Order: sequence, then structure tokens, then C-alpha cells
Amino acid sequence: MAEDQKLISVKIEELPEKVRELYVSGYRLAQIGCTKTDILEINYSFDKDYNFVNLRITIPSAAVEIPSISRIYWSAFLYENEISDLYGIKIKNMAVDYKGSFYRTTVKYPFNPQNAANAGEGIPS
Amino acid sequence: MTKRTIIPFGPQHPVLPEPIHLDLVLEDELVVEAIPSIGFIHRGLEKLVEKKDFIDFVYVAERICGICSFIHGLTYCMAVEEIMKIRVPERADYLRTVWSELSRMHSHLLWMGLMADAFGFESLFMHTWRMREKILDIIENTTGGRVIFASAKVGGVRRDIDNAALKSISKSLESYEKELKEITDVFIKDSSVQHRLAGVGVLKKEQVYELGAVGPTLRASGWPIDTRKLGYAAYKNIDFEPIIETSGDSYARCVVRIKELFQSVDIIRQLAAKIPDGPIEVKITGNPDGEFFARTEQPRGEVIYYAKANGTRFLQRLRVRTPTFANIPSLVKMLPGSSLADVPVLVLTIDPCISCAER
Repeated sequence: MAEDQKLISVKIEELPEKVRELYVSGYRLAQIGCTKTDILEINYSFDKDYNFVNLRITIPSAAVEIPSISRIYWSAFLYENEISDLYGIKIKNMAVDYKGSFYRTTVKYPFNPQNAANAGEGIPS
Repeated sequence: MTKRTIIPFGPQHPVLPEPIHLDLVLEDELVVEAIPSIGFIHRGLEKLVEKKDFIDFVYVAERICGICSFIHGLTYCMAVEEIMKIRVPERADYLRTVWSELSRMHSHLLWMGLMADAFGFESLFMHTWRMREKILDIIENTTGGRVIFASAKVGGVRRDIDNAALKSISKSLESYEKELKEITDVFIKDSSVQHRLAGVGVLKKEQVYELGAVGPTLRASGWPIDTRKLGYAAYKNIDFEPIIETSGDSYARCVVRIKELFQSVDIIRQLAAKIPDGPIEVKITGNPDGEFFARTEQPRGEVIYYAKANGTRFLQRLRVRTPTFANIPSLVKMLPGSSLADVPVLVLTIDPCISCAER
């Protein structure tokens, strides 16, 4: 039995406002996740009374800076540090910024498209 | 001004079954800040999805964690099935629910044992794990495995439990319940246990919701949120309500898990009485094309599997948001203000599973 899920694409500059609307409506932050295809998609998932809503932003590369939502949902800082550490995406104004020390990986930004080719370097053959 | 000291807690620590690192900033014996870092057992399992056939990947999903392995496999299957619009036979849904509840029971009993060990109650730890063995025996008898069930598959389940065996399991859980109560009463009533847990690591109702907590951590602060109420698998046919406590402390989180043990027994009883006859799997044809967020309730709380497929045998992306990851902000928030001696209890109180969190 599938649940009804909403997926809303938003522009980067609209993200904080849309997130704030969900916050005011009483949604909880369920997760933030990044997907690498030809571009990078970031899904922000929220839930209220088992209604699942996703906001999606797309960025052409990890070099594009995106706004943090951790000033609205404090717990977002953890997801944002994860995305920052694994993909190398710059996130502006995080409530808590571990500055790359949250994920201790051998390869810096292992999921970054430009670093992906080097991601196996630390693994002994 | 009091001198500040930074104590590294983990990644190797007697109380930690798995490696997580916390830099604890202390003023005398009081924690003022906790800075987590993970990545010590990051295995890149999400990345592996790009090279494993989507049918076979369920074996990898089950190995994300050794405790909620079955529910990981199930949630992965649900994500793929939804993308492919596959309707799983009803009997398979019931069997999936039985194994999910057995997983919940053995996970909660594992946690209770670890917690008893952490606050120094050795005999309670041993009795709790003795009870857990009996659940593992049922799992072994019905799946052939004690850790990895290897029973979920895309389109259904790999093996059946005959109705007589299910009734027998249901019956055996009656006497089990009585024995279990003797042990759980110690957790609930013993003054030394209460002394270590009551009033420790309090998360207020509004606070825990904003922290994005899930599972017993959320419900112990009064939120009746349980992903099983979405009605996936056979939960739509089962009569149950989320278990909540209101004090939001470590004791409340313990009580929620204890009550959920008895609730799981009741759910298995209902499943054994209602399970329909019929096939346990459907044939899969074609490849997935689309995306979906599958959500289930693991013992530690809501898990989210985001799957994105492009019509080939390999998924484009699998993103797993585990309950432990969602509960880390709560841990980071509850540690400041606590004494150093309470840190092991507080870390355990969210029932951390680092294998899950790192994948």
C-alpha cells in the first residue's frame, strides 16, 4: 500500500522560504539527501501526520553554494554536514559547522563527481 | 572561570558496541558540549547499488545492519516494488510483518541487556540476553539464520512458515510473556535502575519533535508517531496504537521499548490468527524506472529508503536515512548539562546503531 508523497521542485533562492512555511505548518524534518546524476539533486523531506512532502533543489555542480536550513530546523545541521563532507557542496550559514570533520573518510569529498575517480585510492588491492 | 577539558569518547569504548567518536567538552564533571564524528565503518554500501543488480541488492541491504537486517531488506524491497508497481501477495505481507516484529523484539532485548550492562547490573544483562536467545531460536527455526534472515525478496518472501508452526510460535509466546514480565519488572520497578535512568537526558515534547527524533526517542516524549501506522505490509490489518510515555527521560525511553516488546507479542498473535493462505511471491519482470521514498518502523525508529531507477538493472541512487542518524541531534542536545558518569547511559539511550548510520 503506497503512501501519497508530494515532490515539489523549488529554486535555490526559494528554499528557505518554502522550508519555513512547512516549519510553521508543523512539519518535522525527516531527512535531507543528495543524489548525483548529471547534476546534483538535494531532497528535503518533511512529515506531518504521515503526510510526506519533499522539496527538491537541483544544482549543476558542487561548486554552487546553497543556503542552510539549519536556522529553521536545527537538526538539519547534521544532514548538511554530511552532504558537505561527502559531496563537497558549500552550504552557507550552517547552525553547527564541523568544517569537514564530521565524516572521517580517507578521500576528501568521496561522492563529489570530480573526486569519484579517486575514491578507491585508499583501499588496498 | 572553570577550566575546560576535552575528553575523547570513543570510537573504542567499553560501552560502545560500534565506533562513534564524541569530543566531550567538560567543565569539571559537567559536559558543556559534545561534538560527534563518524566515518570509521563507512562501507560505501549506497554506492554499491550502482554495480549490483536490483534483485540481488537486497542481500546488501540486509547487511547494512546486523540487528534490523530484515527490516532493511524489507524496506529496500518495498521501495523497488513501489517503483515497479508490484503487488505483493497478502500472505507474504503477513510473514514480513511477523519477522519485522521478531526483529523488534530481539533488538529491544539486545538494547535492554546493553543498558543493564552499562549501568552495572550484570545479572539483569544476562537474563535479558537469555530471553533474547529464545527469540533468536524462533528466527532461526523460521528463516535458517539468526542474524541475516535472507527472507525478504523483491516480490514477496523466500520462505513460508506453515500455519501450524505460526500457531505454535504464538502459543509459545504466551509463557514467554510471563517470563519476560519478571525481567522487565526489574527495569521498571528497581530503585537502582530508576536512579540511573529517571530524570537523566530529558527531552521535552516540543524540543524532541524539532530535533527530528524518531522511534522510542520521539515516543518517550509524548509523540504517538509510529511509521507502522502507515499500514505497510500487514500492519493495516492489525489493531495497535503507538506506545508513548511523557517524561522524555532515559527511563521513559526504556519503558517505551519494554511496552513495545509486549505489543510485538500481541501483534504476532494477531498475525497468526489472521494470516491468509496463498502464494508468497510474485514473478518479477522488467526493470524499475522511477523513484520512491519507502518508510518503515525499525526498532530504533523510522527508516527511509530513497530509490531512484532509470529502467536498467542497476539503481541510479539508493539513499538510506537510518533512525540512528536522525537521533544524533537529540544526543548532541541532551549531553550538555549532564555529568560525565551519565554519558554512557545517554549514548545508549538512543540505541545507537553505527553500522546503520554510516552504511
